[in-house]
Amino acid sequence: MLDKLKELGSSIGLNPADWSEQDIEEQKLGWYPGHPTPDDPLRWGRTFPEGARETLQNTQMRRNLGYATGKIRTKRNTRVEELPDWEELREAGSLIKRNTLAHLPELLETFEQKVTERGGIVHWARDAAEANEIAYSIIAAKGVDEVVKVKSMATQEINLNSYLEERGIEAWETDLAEMIVQLSHDMPSHIVVPAIHRNRSEVKAIFEARMEGRPRFATNEPRELAMAARAHLRKKFLSAKVAISGANLGVAETGTLAVYESEGNGRMCLTLPETLITVMGIEKIVPSYRDIEVFSQLLPRSATGERMNPYTSFWTGVTEGDGPQEFHLILLDNGRTNVMKDEVGREALKCIRCAACMNICPVYRVSGGHAYNSVYPGPIGAILTPQLLNATDRKDPATSLPFASTLCGACYDVCPVKINIPEILVHLRHTITEANRGGLPNAWDVAMKGTSSVMSSGKKMERAGNAMKAGRLAAGRDRKIGHIPLPVAKEWTGTRDVPAPPATSFRTWWNDEHEETK
Amino acid sequence: MKIALFSTCLNDVMFPQAAQATVRLLERLGHTVAFPREQACCGQMHVNTGYYPEAMPMIRNYVSTFEPVLDGEWDIIVAPSASCTGAIRTQHAMVARTQGDEELATRAERVAAKTVDLPELLIDVLGQADVGAYFPHRVTYHTTCHSLRVTRVGDKPLQLLNHVDGMDFVPLPDADVCCGFGGTFSLKNADVSAAMMSDKMGNIKATGAEILVAGDYSCLMNIAGGLSRTRSGIRAMHLAEVLAGTRDEPWVAPATNTKVGA
Repeated sequence: MLDKLKELGSSIGLNPADWSEQDIEEQKLGWYPGHPTPDDPLRWGRTFPEGARETLQNTQMRRNLGYATGKIRTKRNTRVEELPDWEELREAGSLIKRNTLAHLPELLETFEQKVTERGGIVHWARDAAEANEIAYSIIAAKGVDEVVKVKSMATQEINLNSYLEERGIEAWETDLAEMIVQLSHDMPSHIVVPAIHRNRSEVKAIFEARMEGRPRFATNEPRELAMAARAHLRKKFLSAKVAISGANLGVAETGTLAVYESEGNGRMCLTLPETLITVMGIEKIVPSYRDIEVFSQLLPRSATGERMNPYTSFWTGVTEGDGPQEFHLILLDNGRTNVMKDEVGREALKCIRCAACMNICPVYRVSGGHAYNSVYPGPIGAILTPQLLNATDRKDPATSLPFASTLCGACYDVCPVKINIPEILVHLRHTITEANRGGLPNAWDVAMKGTSSVMSSGKKMERAGNAMKAGRLAAGRDRKIGHIPLPVAKEWTGTRDVPAPPATSFRTWWNDEHEETK
Repeated sequence: MKIALFSTCLNDVMFPQAAQATVRLLERLGHTVAFPREQACCGQMHVNTGYYPEAMPMIRNYVSTFEPVLDGEWDIIVAPSASCTGAIRTQHAMVARTQGDEELATRAERVAAKTVDLPELLIDVLGQADVGAYFPHRVTYHTTCHSLRVTRVGDKPLQLLNHVDGMDFVPLPDADVCCGFGGTFSLKNADVSAAMMSDKMGNIKATGAEILVAGDYSCLMNIAGGLSRTRSGIRAMHLAEVLAGTRDEPWVAPATNTKVGA
């Protein structure tokens, strides 16, 4: 009897044990809890379909994403359409990056030499662990327990903040959106707009609960929120002795580095502290100083839909009496040389991290960044993450990423460096399929092998067409096949009817009606 | 013109109306249509799911079936599907090459160069945006992804629809956004696919159209599946079905077919 009652209680949602942990957490916090820091920023633990199953339920996030990506897309299109030579620029960007990848070892050596000549200190990191260790030892030597940070995907990729936190060093993110993510103990869901999944009301709640001094806001007006963030950050800029940044590009010819940003927080970090540590992926090199003109046109327009971003900072080594007097550059591999080995896949390393592909992606738009279970979401993440991880075993959740696309091609058309993402997605699907041959075949292996013979013969197709007629029995009088609760079939028929197969295939119709009358 | 028809496997066994309407349209315009019988599937699904070796027999079969086009047996090959046309043109040679069959790759390239989607045939080859069609219905058009970004048919389907007599055409908001089908994507990522399809249906319903038209039954099978499940009252049809009939001779699909959507 008691069991029956409990069952009844559960069925109408009265049993607390059945309430979603997410919902309970959300009620406590005042905002959707987001995603906790994973051990591996490139592999959070779930497959894309598993991640998406959860994010799709977040209707607020879907609305936020739809609104924000729509705004950026419109701005991007306006700024791209006004350029008469956009296609030539894309081609130039693509060729410069391809040339860079073809000569990467030599360019990196030149780059190291130039940075060193100008007073910089260059470190090489094979993986995340080495990069973190190098950064930590530099900071520890300075005896500080706080650093300021410029938003950087390279440091997200290696989980630097967590590494430092575990060793008693607080790393303050100074980009507004990155700060929102950090304060809410969340993960970024976009590579340019990391808090794109949040709206202003959620930001207000996060600031009120987590910002130093626990501010209170009368409204959720962006200006009011931004002013509070500004005051909070100003203190950090003025007190920090060490800053950490990424880099949008590094010029081999001169040893110059560049950061493109919108808020001025980057400029503050790059100029005020005594020591600057920059973590840069080895593929961020461009050969010559003139190449900057191409990327300075491609990147802002593609990323934020601006002709030029508000702050672009360049620095070369150390300049006496101006800016940081100690400059460390950590050159990060972390799987990139592995990507280089794949002739098709290596094109992913041309990426300049503009995020135009995720802003236009209809899969990203409904599922959001967290569904990808990597700091690199969206179409570029779907090809970059599995390659950086060298993931080919189907048991690895990262191998679900190349399948997280309809191959609609919108990403390729907007990519400022012409990365043929759909082509690479198919290539990686092939690589994964091949890597898993020889073991126990799964349902896809069986289905694809089984249909191969039928679908390559006209005679067999004719028989298949005739056999399809049996499907008419499954359809009712309305000629619709509804939900079929069987594996695979349920995935389709859960949301869609299937029309009854025709009584006559085209082939048979042609034989009957067409050729006999002629 | 002598035109070889590649019906595509999906149209052959599920939606013959697309191929039947294509035949009717082309014959009405004075052309001869042939249906090479050994044809089967282009292999798109296998390639896009990562199964290149399994796709090879399909590619080989397509090439050998349609190769006579190079000797003048037919002037051109038409497929009433942009995604199949796209797969033939962008994937056949690539897969053959990856599988080490350079000879097949070269032949595939030559046959692919002779393969066009229906709007390309009508506008580029036959130079006929006005096919004399009559279709007195309220219609909206979904520009399928592969027609936009693989075969690059641009506004050719819209040029054709603009000339259809009696039609009330309503533009579809976000027409260029994917419907969520993506072949086996719709099974491997069923939840995301359904969410995308739902957004697409919302836009279609907002137009007030009676009929959703597209140039590919694979996308239509997806969207119309949802339109049918929700009993939206909206039918789905292939572009060829809209273009096939005239005021004097309306085209009605054979009763052996199943009407799609609604």
